[in-house]
Amino acid sequence: MPGEAHDRAGHAGYARHTGRTGHDARDAHDGHDGLVASADPAGHAEQVGDMEPGGPATGTNQAPHAVGAGEVGRAAYLLEMRNITKDFPGVRALDNVSFTLAPGEVHALAGENGAGKSTLIKILAGAERMTSGEIFLGGSRVDITGPLHAKKLGISVIYQEFDLIPFLSVAENILLGREPRKGAFIDWPALYAQAGEALRRLGIDLDLRAVVNDLSVAQKQMTEIAKAVSTDARIIVMDEPSATLTLREQAHLFDLVRTLKKQGVAIIYISHRLEELFEIADRVTVLRDGRRVMTAPVSEVTREQLVKHMVGRELTGDYPRRTHPPGKEILSVRDLSRRGVVHDVSFSLREGEVLGITGLVGSGRTEIARAIFGADPADAGEIRLAGERLHIRDPRAAIRAGISLATEDRKEQGLVLIMSVRENVTLANLRTLAKRGFVNRRRENTEASRLVQSLAIKTAGLEQKVQNLSGGNQQKVVLAKWLFTNSKVVIFDEPTRGIDVGAKQEIYRLMNDLAEQGVGIIMISSELPEVLGMSDRILVIHEGRVRAELTRDEATQEKIMSYAMGGPVAPPQAG
Amino acid sequence: MWDSRKNLAQVAPAGVVAAGGPGSDGGAGASAAVARRRSGLGARLGRLFEDYGMALVFAGICVLFTIWTKGLFIRPDNIVNVLRQISINACIATGMTFVIITGGVDLSVGSVLAVVGIVTAKLLTRLPGLMPVLPAIILSCLVGLMMGGVMGSVNGFTITRFRVPPFVSTLAMMTAARGVAFLLSDGRPVWNLPLQFNFIGRGYVLDKVFGPWVPMPVVIMVVVMATAHVILTRTQIGRYVYAVGGNEEAARLSGINVARVKMFAYSLSGVTAALGGIILISRLASGQPGAGESYELYAIAATVLGGTSMSGGKGTMVGTAIGALIMGVLNNGLNLAGVESYSQNVILGAVILGAVLIDRLRKGA
Repeated sequence: MPGEAHDRAGHAGYARHTGRTGHDARDAHDGHDGLVASADPAGHAEQVGDMEPGGPATGTNQAPHAVGAGEVGRAAYLLEMRNITKDFPGVRALDNVSFTLAPGEVHALAGENGAGKSTLIKILAGAERMTSGEIFLGGSRVDITGPLHAKKLGISVIYQEFDLIPFLSVAENILLGREPRKGAFIDWPALYAQAGEALRRLGIDLDLRAVVNDLSVAQKQMTEIAKAVSTDARIIVMDEPSATLTLREQAHLFDLVRTLKKQGVAIIYISHRLEELFEIADRVTVLRDGRRVMTAPVSEVTREQLVKHMVGRELTGDYPRRTHPPGKEILSVRDLSRRGVVHDVSFSLREGEVLGITGLVGSGRTEIARAIFGADPADAGEIRLAGERLHIRDPRAAIRAGISLATEDRKEQGLVLIMSVRENVTLANLRTLAKRGFVNRRRENTEASRLVQSLAIKTAGLEQKVQNLSGGNQQKVVLAKWLFTNSKVVIFDEPTRGIDVGAKQEIYRLMNDLAEQGVGIIMISSELPEVLGMSDRILVIHEGRVRAELTRDEATQEKIMSYAMGGPVAPPQAG
Repeated sequence: MWDSRKNLAQVAPAGVVAAGGPGSDGGAGASAAVARRRSGLGARLGRLFEDYGMALVFAGICVLFTIWTKGLFIRPDNIVNVLRQISINACIATGMTFVIITGGVDLSVGSVLAVVGIVTAKLLTRLPGLMPVLPAIILSCLVGLMMGGVMGSVNGFTITRFRVPPFVSTLAMMTAARGVAFLLSDGRPVWNLPLQFNFIGRGYVLDKVFGPWVPMPVVIMVVVMATAHVILTRTQIGRYVYAVGGNEEAARLSGINVARVKMFAYSLSGVTAALGGIILISRLASGQPGAGESYELYAIAATVLGGTSMSGGKGTMVGTAIGALIMGVLNNGLNLAGVESYSQNVILGAVILGAVLIDRLRKGA
């Protein structure tokens, strides 16, 4: 097994996983039996060939174009993930997904937000256990028991937030937990020599003694990659590696990826930038709604086909219609900017209107909302509510003016989990229930139970702690909290993330009720069907700017996706 | 707490051992409460244990000491003694509870207590020459309380404005204030406080009616804790204290002025520490620059014993009262049982750890 020779026991934090590594051999043996018989139930392009004993092919710089022809043996793959299914309570995140990776291959993983890419990677990295499925490494079945085990197996994941220790040097980070020693002491000359060798092999030019904290993002990334390679990682997963890089740094990254390929390292490359995939990847797999919809050599697909596969999402469920047309302008935002994340964003919102804001994760959608709400105040720009100019420096000012923000992360930002339903519901507007500082508990109970009833929140009672509720009901508590503020504008950031279909419907209905009452609604969402189904108008955000503004009638999933990925700004269509 | 007991030994009213006759089975507050708890059966008992697990630990300790001391412990005069002994710690722990619920900690309370003690004592020696003695006492105490509030708000300010971690901010205040206490007093105790001032620490309320059964420090403690209880459970700011400790970001995004809530908590902690200081100088009849050393630890211990979570968002005044009682009872009971003070510290440490551990396991199950 690659990397097994390395003793990683120094990672005390992972120590609990080490007990199970001995299972590999046995599992691998079990794996051989049921292998040939099982067919790919998804019936996609890829076909499973016969077992071929022996190690994986090495050193090939050639993309496995043979895939699909059925002649590539299983063992030719460095990694095969087979029929992976992952259930979370109420949600199937992955449904029978299969994925293969050959040595020296760059295999891109594409899909919308929430398509299941991260879940698949987490399973590979040992951060999540799959519900069912099999994983083969070099032809042997493995049961990845935890992050440490995954590393031992030669799987390294480079996340967007790096796993580096900020106040140690580059060399120390590269060899973290594997420092060469002389007796009880670290052998510094050997440490620098080994770390230097790791960098040289990859052609990376970095000061070994530099403190990681002082490095640029690109340099940190390189340190991370060097660390992975020096642990003999055979599979490196790069999660949006180019998201924060400049063009030159990106070119450098690609050089590095090519070097890795030559050394037989296989790379799973996740990116929203389709151009990159065409430049660097050999094959691409598209996930949608937790299912694999396509695997193909990039040379055989076009950008348009990719987009189509990514967004070909079923339009499940009906979106309840509103009867009242939008009224007069309630919110106007002009040239809103926040350094680095939001640039000159302007739009207006009318009473009773639902304005959808969409874009890829990291495009600046949430940042726009947070700037309007004062959570991260804007540096420049003008916000007018019902014609009156607002100076919003903190959320308190926004709430008093009549603007609410239901944040995307309800557990971290929306709720005080250890407080009761009642306390959470009234938290943002407690002052209206208080007289001379004393909370009127009778009125509080009345108001809270009215909201719990009208939103049909399933709870054992008002005193139930919010942490004991299901995701959908927690989200309803968040909504109840903002309903209780009687705001004129409510911003919903990913209001239906992680909740089941039934609860989604209720939340849509609630948003419509609010709209009918004349509240202006901004709905930020990654789910295109939801955006299309609910919005009167749609803003597509790309890199902190409004890339396109579409009416409900002219918007399609393909158009939105294309704009969201920075596609050309098309002229308004005639007719 | 521990040290104060030693200091108080000579001024404490006639010993437990000497007073009273045998047979006070009727029992004071604590045991009565236990009896009530016991009478509730089955599921009720289970829920009570869930809510007041530490109360049962307390009851157990009381029973243990009653047996160990052959009933000495449970005599009413000893119970009154215990209550008086815990009064200072309970006052400090009250402010500490607010601070810990917000997710912080206040290490400066012992030093604040000392500074306030010195300042108040100095005022008490000078002001009566300038005005009638009663207004002089009231003015001195008010200035002392305000000083405590100001020192607490300095803590709150550095924590909220400059984002210095509470541990560090209050550690700095603890160190600096201790120095100030010695500077202001030239390192010497301040004696000659007006006689009438003794009432605060050593007097009895309505002793003509009840006899020596209602010590003034106990009355102060009860009023302070009851007020704090009302603030925590009934007021807007009380709710915000929990919200800030439970999830600061969610609280901020709900429009709560997080900085103001924290300022309130630390200022209150300063005021209750000051109150502790005033009671202490009255009991000692002098201001001592070295007073209150490691009181912060006893206050934290009482708070934590009371089920307040060090990570914030959780805790009650009832819990803190029980925590302070456990500490006081251990102190008193071990004394009665003749355990010397070094071993007492070992036992106290073990009980703090054990009690919190039991609580953990119980909730984890």
